[in-house]
Amino acid sequence: MTEQMTDVLLDVRNLHKSFGALKATDDVSITLRPGEIHALIGPNGAGKSTLIKQIAGGLRSDSGSVHFAGQDVTPLSTVQRARAGLGRTFQISSLAMEYTVLQNAVLGALGQSGRVMRFFAPVMRQAALRAEAMRALELVGLADHAAKRTSDLSHGQRRQLEVAVALTLRPKVFLMDEPMAGLGASGSREMTGFLDGLRAEAPILLVEHDMDAVFALADRISVLVYGRIIASGTAAEIKADPQVRVAYLGEEDAA
Amino acid sequence: MMRETLVNVFLFLLLPVTALAAFALDEPFIITLATKAAILALAGVGLNIALGLGGLVSFGHAAFFGLGGYAMGILAAHAQSYTPIMESPFLIEGTKSMPIIWLVAIVVSALAALLIGALSLRTSGVYFIMVTLAFGQMLFYFSISWPAYGGEDGLSIYVRNGFPGLNTLNPLTFFAIAFAVLALVLLFAGRLARAPFGLALSAARQNAERVESVGLAPFRLRLVAFVISGAVTGLAGALFADLNRFVSPTMFSWQTSGEIMIFVILGGVGRLFGPVAGAALFILLEHVLGGLSEFWHIYLGFLLLMVVLFARGGMIGLIAGREVAHD
Repeated sequence: MTEQMTDVLLDVRNLHKSFGALKATDDVSITLRPGEIHALIGPNGAGKSTLIKQIAGGLRSDSGSVHFAGQDVTPLSTVQRARAGLGRTFQISSLAMEYTVLQNAVLGALGQSGRVMRFFAPVMRQAALRAEAMRALELVGLADHAAKRTSDLSHGQRRQLEVAVALTLRPKVFLMDEPMAGLGASGSREMTGFLDGLRAEAPILLVEHDMDAVFALADRISVLVYGRIIASGTAAEIKADPQVRVAYLGEEDAA
Repeated sequence: MMRETLVNVFLFLLLPVTALAAFALDEPFIITLATKAAILALAGVGLNIALGLGGLVSFGHAAFFGLGGYAMGILAAHAQSYTPIMESPFLIEGTKSMPIIWLVAIVVSALAALLIGALSLRTSGVYFIMVTLAFGQMLFYFSISWPAYGGEDGLSIYVRNGFPGLNTLNPLTFFAIAFAVLALVLLFAGRLARAPFGLALSAARQNAERVESVGLAPFRLRLVAFVISGAVTGLAGALFADLNRFVSPTMFSWQTSGEIMIFVILGGVGRLFGPVAGAALFILLEHVLGGLSEFWHIYLGFLLLMVVLFARGGMIGLIAGREVAHD
């Protein structure tokens, strides 16, 4: 309520979505301010995936609105929202598997440049696109693997490439769906360290199951249960919230 | 990479060397076969842009092949009978000039591809195959039932159309024209695959979700690819009609769509020279096996089965191995 509009880069207001009698998203509002990581947690089936689709496009909300940097993107498609500045990563790596790592990153840079209807000049010779792609690959630590075929990457490297492609979009907001999914303990720690630095580039709405990562990274945490946000606050506040302990952290007996 | 380049050079030289050898041995029929292979390869290069690069399994490319053929037939028929195509509101006359005929064939098939693509690309998978097939069949039955241009009997053109400064009645000259067009289109298709558009189109085939999330619309990419693809196949249709000096509804038939697809699959889906290899092999089999048995399609079918089951990259994949990403 006290948040200033100008401060907020992602502003999700009163989203609703029902599938028949099931309220998948029930009056969800969530914001993202510059430089912060806002984690969204919740048990399986809480409606996180539905909410992500409503924010990224691809699923129309019954009511409510989504704003990026003051622009109402509610009526826009996935493609238009990406152009408006949403950098999304997927829970299951979504990459062009026949391409090299570099080609995937160049694809992102190409989407960002908007100059796709070019039919003659070789795209991999375009210095500006290559430089942008290499910058992103260096940031995530994949520069040495640029010439590798994506299908030959390890699972962890695919997760990194997923983030690198989002980086090439120079997004205003990151929307990351379980970037730690399937990473081992050391991979998770590495990714946590990386995302910590990434918030300077753009704020992150982070959907994540890895609680160590969430508590280490998040400036704010919102807890989604049965399509409703039941609590929102700092890590300490969330840990102490009795409702959260009952509904999510599995401490029914303790409570 | 190296090996595929060698294979491509071999395939590129195969047709002109065959034509020249046939010329030296005074075998004009072989020159005609080489010309036919070049033109059918061109139709396949067109389909390969949609099928190989874009992953769009069009079973209706006969529509564009036939439209190109009829563009030639109608223009030339009016020119040879000295009757205008239309007089009001403005006068349009027929022509016997190849460059003008090609241009008309390209424009007409591109427009048809825009229309068919805009409707069919809203579907995918087996529905896309069926919708493109349906459009092809619509044109097939329309061409049969429209009496003005020969209906079922088709249209005969008495003298091959002209090209400024060349004697197109000479078989070797006409081969050179068809081969030059093929070479230019191969050059274009090769650049297209490596251009920004090609990168995005091929990415949309591999993963449409990824392409959307970087802010590119797969539908638009596919529609443009379908239009380019249809235009190239339409140009091949005009040349094919000129080779035979005859156009008939057969050019619109689904068997024609199937044959164009066979060139691409035999040679190698998505490989630049795949359709050249496929069309050359097809013509060779038709000539050799067709001389032995009326039922040579059985052998063709067997070969196709082997390729689909055991050599997914077609002949080029078999010889040159997995495609290498071009950085």
